Amino acid sequence: MTDRPNPDELLRRVVAAEAREKRGKLTVFFGAAPGVGKTYAMLEVARAEMEREKRDVVLGIVETHGRYETGAQLLGLELLPRRKLHYRGVDVEELDLDAALKRRPQLLLVDELAHTNAEGSRHPKRWQDVEELLDAGIDVFTTMNVQHVESLNDVVAKVTGVRVRETVPDSVLANAHEIKLVDLPPDDLLERLRDGKVYVPAQAQRAIENFFKKGNLIALRELALRHTAERVDAQMREYRQAQGIEQTWAVTEQLLVAVSPSPHSARLIRAARRMAASLHARWYAVYVERPSARQLPKAMEAQLSQNLRLAEQLGAEVVTLSGNNATDEILRFAHERNITKLIVGKPVVGGLLNRFRVSLVDQIVRQSRDIDVYVTAGDADDDTKREPEKTEPAPVHLPSVVAAVSVSAFSTGVTLLLFGRDQLPDVVMIYLLGIMLVASRFRLGASALTAALSVAAFDFFFVPPYLTFAIADFRHATTFIVMFVVAVVISGLTQRIRNEAATARERELRTATLYELSRELAGAQDTQTVVQAAAHHIENVFRSQVTVFTPAPGGGVLGAYATRGPSEASERELSIAQWVWSNQREAGLGTGTLPGGTTLYVPLLASGGAVGVLGLTPDDAQRFDQLEQRRRVDAFAAQMALAIERATLADETSKARREIEAEQLRNSLLSSVSHDLRTPLAVITGSTSTLLESGPGITDATRQDLLKTVLEEAEHLNRLIRNLLDMTRLESGAVKVRKEWIPLEELVGAALNRVDSRLTGRELHVDLPRSLPLVPCDPVLIEQTLINLLENAAKYSTGPIDVTAAARGAEVVVAVADRGPGIAPGQELRIFDKFQRAGREGNPEGVGLGLTICRAIVTAHGGRIWAQNRADGGASFQFALPIDGEAPALPLSEPSDVAQEQRA
Amino acid sequence: MTEPNPVILVIEDEVQMRRFLRASLSSNGYQVVETHTAEAGLTQAAARAPDLVLLDLGLPDQDGLVVTQRLREWAKTPIIVISARGREEDKIQALDAGADDYLTKPFGVGELLARIRVALRNAARGELGSSQFSVGALKVDLGRRQVLVNGQEVHLTPIEYKLLATLVKHAGRVITHRQLLKEVWGPNSAEQTQYLRVYMGQLRHKLEQNPSRPQFLTTEPGVGYRLRVQE
Repeated sequence: MTDRPNPDELLRRVVAAEAREKRGKLTVFFGAAPGVGKTYAMLEVARAEMEREKRDVVLGIVETHGRYETGAQLLGLELLPRRKLHYRGVDVEELDLDAALKRRPQLLLVDELAHTNAEGSRHPKRWQDVEELLDAGIDVFTTMNVQHVESLNDVVAKVTGVRVRETVPDSVLANAHEIKLVDLPPDDLLERLRDGKVYVPAQAQRAIENFFKKGNLIALRELALRHTAERVDAQMREYRQAQGIEQTWAVTEQLLVAVSPSPHSARLIRAARRMAASLHARWYAVYVERPSARQLPKAMEAQLSQNLRLAEQLGAEVVTLSGNNATDEILRFAHERNITKLIVGKPVVGGLLNRFRVSLVDQIVRQSRDIDVYVTAGDADDDTKREPEKTEPAPVHLPSVVAAVSVSAFSTGVTLLLFGRDQLPDVVMIYLLGIMLVASRFRLGASALTAALSVAAFDFFFVPPYLTFAIADFRHATTFIVMFVVAVVISGLTQRIRNEAATARERELRTATLYELSRELAGAQDTQTVVQAAAHHIENVFRSQVTVFTPAPGGGVLGAYATRGPSEASERELSIAQWVWSNQREAGLGTGTLPGGTTLYVPLLASGGAVGVLGLTPDDAQRFDQLEQRRRVDAFAAQMALAIERATLADETSKARREIEAEQLRNSLLSSVSHDLRTPLAVITGSTSTLLESGPGITDATRQDLLKTVLEEAEHLNRLIRNLLDMTRLESGAVKVRKEWIPLEELVGAALNRVDSRLTGRELHVDLPRSLPLVPCDPVLIEQTLINLLENAAKYSTGPIDVTAAARGAEVVVAVADRGPGIAPGQELRIFDKFQRAGREGNPEGVGLGLTICRAIVTAHGGRIWAQNRADGGASFQFALPIDGEAPALPLSEPSDVAQEQRA
Repeated sequence: MTEPNPVILVIEDEVQMRRFLRASLSSNGYQVVETHTAEAGLTQAAARAPDLVLLDLGLPDQDGLVVTQRLREWAKTPIIVISARGREEDKIQALDAGADDYLTKPFGVGELLARIRVALRNAARGELGSSQFSVGALKVDLGRRQVLVNGQEVHLTPIEYKLLATLVKHAGRVITHRQLLKEVWGPNSAEQTQYLRVYMGQLRHKLEQNPSRPQFLTTEPGVGYRLRVQE
């Protein structure tokens, strides 16, 4: 069967290739044991790189510095200064990661990939430092022994009897650009050891002696060779796949390993990883959470978290399923995901009960259909002494005891009264009822106690010989047993129902809080509101102080919002947040990076990348030890990130929309203005050129006519430009309202004077009551408003124009009304918008700014303006100006008649 | 006319504007002297002693306001400012600096000639000290402190009379609120424009036929008032 690379696979490869392109290249000098000459080989190759390729090579750190550094210097390698730490009274020197990132060599040499960093370093492990260097685009040479490979850890421990603590995840090696095997036959190595050519730390002398046995060395060498060979094999396969060469197998394998909260699972997980690696299969680590046994002891919970984390580190996809029947859940998942191989632990056979119970393995094997099932030995890690799980004696639950005793007593009393000693089946029924009641309310202990008490009471009162615990008829013993078994079964069942209900409640609560968050966020429109709402919500759910870091305008992040404490983030917090932001990985409390802190930093990842960083400082530092809690944090962070992204996009969209609107407005202004400016100009040009060129043939009347047209058009142009300028000034905020106390009459008079020429021949009614108060307003602006309204009335009507004013409460309402065609229904508001003209195309007047200017002016005065049709025909434009404050007092009485005074 | 034609000095930097002014003014019997900078204008004003100055505010070398102030240091020549600046503040500044009138571009030649006639007449009357004034139905005799509308005497309060008398003295010209307040109420009341507006309203009700559409006592919005004169 030919198998062309499927699209997903191709995409994965392209993405991987891209990532590889940008990332630095990791070269691992891989050996079977210390002393095979890895560091030496590394330095050799580095020197060659430097000399032949002229590369910029820096020596980051070499563990055995006494021997190599001098040599390296002789070779002309630049040495990176080490970071000096004082830890637990000992001076330690570590790789200075920040210095290395700052120096940015093309190639950095970092010895001993498996090294554990001293506390206080950014990452607990050196391989994490190396990862960061690679991410920064720096090539790294490093060294490593086979026993440090995570998935080979068990095997090595088995072979050598020495368990290595320092391990490197397989994924690091898998992603390495090149693995160079440094091989030395065991005999030669032993000889070197004898000659003292192998560097051995003094304190490890004894352990090393045990380690360097020929048998061990052969086994380790085989492991190293095999591991390297597997990799070469993988490379070849990848090459073939990339070239579309027919594959030797068709189906991609998918593995599933069932994980339990037992320490044995670690071994199982490693085995699965090895198998997955050799098959190049994707693999899942699955844990089935049983609602009926929801409260795991703390120790087991921790073990489970550890197991799942190990699986994650080894590259598994970790899945937690929920269901009462583990077999069903696992198999359902397996079928859904097309799992081909299933790995389960061999049950530890112990105890009588297990022999009768159908084990998980049996069930899986029976129901697995076409899935291969691998059963792997489930013995514990060598060093993990399995402590007998101490089930703490449950404290006596007083209410349970009270209930048990009182229910038994009550049952006895009732039966004695009702049935006497003759109707024993009814008596038993009543007791069973009591037991069931207790079982439905209390735990197993209480119902068992009730059962025991009931049986005792039954025996004592109802079974002859009466009032003794002796049994005359042996058949009654059967009754006792039945009663007891029924009690236990019932309480077991109710217990299970209760547990399931509790789990369901808890899960519902979980979903509910998440739902609540998303609902809250759905209402938030801008990024700031989203951040605040989410921060407070998360603070309540996780009982933690929440800090949200958002991208700073000039790159990097800034502490944008903190629910408690100072809103300014400290330098340190910022730098961690910055790291999380740029690496898009979590850091801080309980993570692989800077685990010493009290704050957990989670990147807020949305579809378009990181949109921020969420900082959580839990009140209880242990809160996030549980995987479950961490998952919830991730879920909340994801929700929040999406909301932020949505809000950001919405912001951008509305900005874009505003720009488009402004653009449209500009366009309509341009077209309107160019049309309205050009028409009068065309008339002027035409008329004057006629006058100039027509010579003496033109009559005086025509000449007069043309000249009048020119003048009119020029005046028209002037008005247009004035309106445009006014609008521009009003919009730019250059106009300030300077309120003065003014009699309205003066403003109306001035306005009428200004539009005098346009009102000739028009009937005009002005009705301004003498009682009108002074109005605080800007005389120039309100006069302009009146002029615009009057011009409008003159423009759109031919009949009489009415100008009225009246004081209404704390405002003065002014109306300019005409007898024209009125306003089209629905246009009452629109006519105040820019470039809205009631007239036909080519209207002789204006760009449709007059009313807009009026509205701007009146609004700036804190007033209102509106238009309505008059009941008896025509339109009425009205505006109301507030009379705020008190009119200044005028000097009152003065001698009323100067002339009389003079003559007197 | 036996008198020589009045000389008008035009200080304006725009060629087209000068051309229009020269054409309209000389065809109406005025002698026109043109300059296009403030400095040249001041020199010409000193050398030619014009009867009237038409001054543009936006000159290339100096602001017209400065020209007004410097000219006022030694001459009472009437100044009419012509400018494209339509803002009330500019008008008030120019008037307070000593300009006699103000015309905003664009303007018609009729309006310009009317303003010129008023300014020239006022300048002449200033010397003669005429006490009689009449426009339409309104007659004011400053010497006898008498105000007549349609031949009927109108009784005014002392302040109303003082206000009217001030307007009569500057008849035909714009008087800013400030100038009126100073003259009627004294220098301390220069900002109390509401007094002025209220008394102006009262005056209109006593003198005008239709106070909401005044014929003589007109408002120059944001600037001041003008008592119109008979054309």
